[in-house]
Amino acid sequence: MEKDFDKKALTDMYKDKFLAPENEKRQVAAPDGSIIEIDPLDDYFCQERPKELKPRKGAVEKFLNWARAESLWVLGFGTGCGSIEIPPLVTPRFDMYRYGVQMRPTPRQSNVFIISGYLSVKTLKRAIRSYEQMPSPKYIIALGSCTINGGMYWDSYNTINRLDHFMPVDVYIAGCMPRPEALLAGFGKLKELIKEGKGEKANEYARNFDWYKANQKKIIKDWNMPDFNW
Amino acid sequence: MDYSLTKFLWTLLGLFIVTNWGLLMSSTMRRIGARVAGRYGIPWYQPWIDLAKLYSLRSQITHGTMFYIGPVFRLMGGVGMFLFMPMIFGSALWSNYSFSGDLILILYFQFFGMLGMALGAGEGGQPYSAIGISRGLSQFTTIEVPMTLAVISLAIQYQTFSISDIVAAQQGGFMNWTVMTNPFATIAAMLSLLGAFGHSPFNLVKAPNEIPIGPPTEYHGTFLGVLRTNGAILHVAEAALFMNLFFGGATSWFELIIKTFLIYFWSVFVGTVFPRFRIEQSVVWFLKWPTILGIIAIIIYL
Repeated sequence: MEKDFDKKALTDMYKDKFLAPENEKRQVAAPDGSIIEIDPLDDYFCQERPKELKPRKGAVEKFLNWARAESLWVLGFGTGCGSIEIPPLVTPRFDMYRYGVQMRPTPRQSNVFIISGYLSVKTLKRAIRSYEQMPSPKYIIALGSCTINGGMYWDSYNTINRLDHFMPVDVYIAGCMPRPEALLAGFGKLKELIKEGKGEKANEYARNFDWYKANQKKIIKDWNMPDFNW
Repeated sequence: MDYSLTKFLWTLLGLFIVTNWGLLMSSTMRRIGARVAGRYGIPWYQPWIDLAKLYSLRSQITHGTMFYIGPVFRLMGGVGMFLFMPMIFGSALWSNYSFSGDLILILYFQFFGMLGMALGAGEGGQPYSAIGISRGLSQFTTIEVPMTLAVISLAIQYQTFSISDIVAAQQGGFMNWTVMTNPFATIAAMLSLLGAFGHSPFNLVKAPNEIPIGPPTEYHGTFLGVLRTNGAILHVAEAALFMNLFFGGATSWFELIIKTFLIYFWSVFVGTVFPRFRIEQSVVWFLKWPTILGIIAIIIYL
């Protein structure tokens, strides 16, 4: 289902956005002395909108979904106070490796992004970039009340309140803070969803891309990154 | 059936066995590491699931031609080592495509994958890849020094560069193994093996919790799947190389599995005991004791 919103307001918003100096067109002297023009947004980043990627059919997709569910690679990116709940998961007491959940250091190799607690506007920018660099299918686990309604930061001047206005969330884990057991239960729930073929939020993000971008740009005042950056 | 076709199919079967054995060894190693840390660790079948997932990701990006070719080069390094290595002594079909100078070619293949990976990861444009490459290449260059000295010592000892001939010379009881007849070369090579396997204490290049994972920072999906497949093949191929050179080779797959596991376990054992070296420490370490032992091994046979 596509979300409804004013597209004209969005295009106006694109125009007004501040472009960081390092992303402006400029002329550079090449090693052989010739002058070349560099347009960083064009040269360094992808200019293609994200596409919906259809799942395969039947038993093949079922098997692949099982494989995806049993091999969840989590991006090592702690966004709020909730990231303190992740170290116990990799150590002997809770040991999430048993369930096929492993940590990865780079967004390119991860499938699961744990938004662990409040997201300040500054972090939101990094979170969006990281999320968009992850290969599809990708999943988001939102940890703690702050991601649901802002929690104790609901009237803070620089944190967002509802995460699913900015990124599509697969699983919410309520609490402040949820214990590592709750996080393990969340992984279990995510596995169930993926095995049932419901882990298609990456496609939802692509379908409603303009809506998500409009929301993001409403909040992030210094938008100094390309619109499509994977 | 034509003999060359039969041989080709048997080599493919061997590659299949070696790949799966390598994946099983890697999960075993991680389970051992986990048990030492007091955890259960991953299920033994986790590497296969990871591969299935990596090969089936829907969106992938590329940074150019070399980015594609890098993992292929890396895979070629592992497969090339396997192709020219006699796996089972005395079996014509399992000798793969070994010939009289195969040892030199295999040493080359050991380095070949690294170079291809360097080109591919360099095109990724990620600065962490560049740091990882410079670390990896400088460490591997020093790993090669004691390894090559040991191989030269063996070549003088047995007067041949053919792995099959070296294995043949070691038959007839463990007292004939190189580990007994040429202990200095064996020790030098076994120390360099620690670096070649890339476990702790020499895993700074690709450790996930250092500068993110080093050269493969930008690699994902199928690219990473190819790299992991190669990792499995390469580990068995290198263990088999050391088995052939120093531990009398294998006359059956069962013997090969036991010996490669023990050789692999040597690096796991050291890895779980010792913490990680920084790159300048490991470079100096390889150029010190293993190199001195390698030089002694050559002087003895001159």
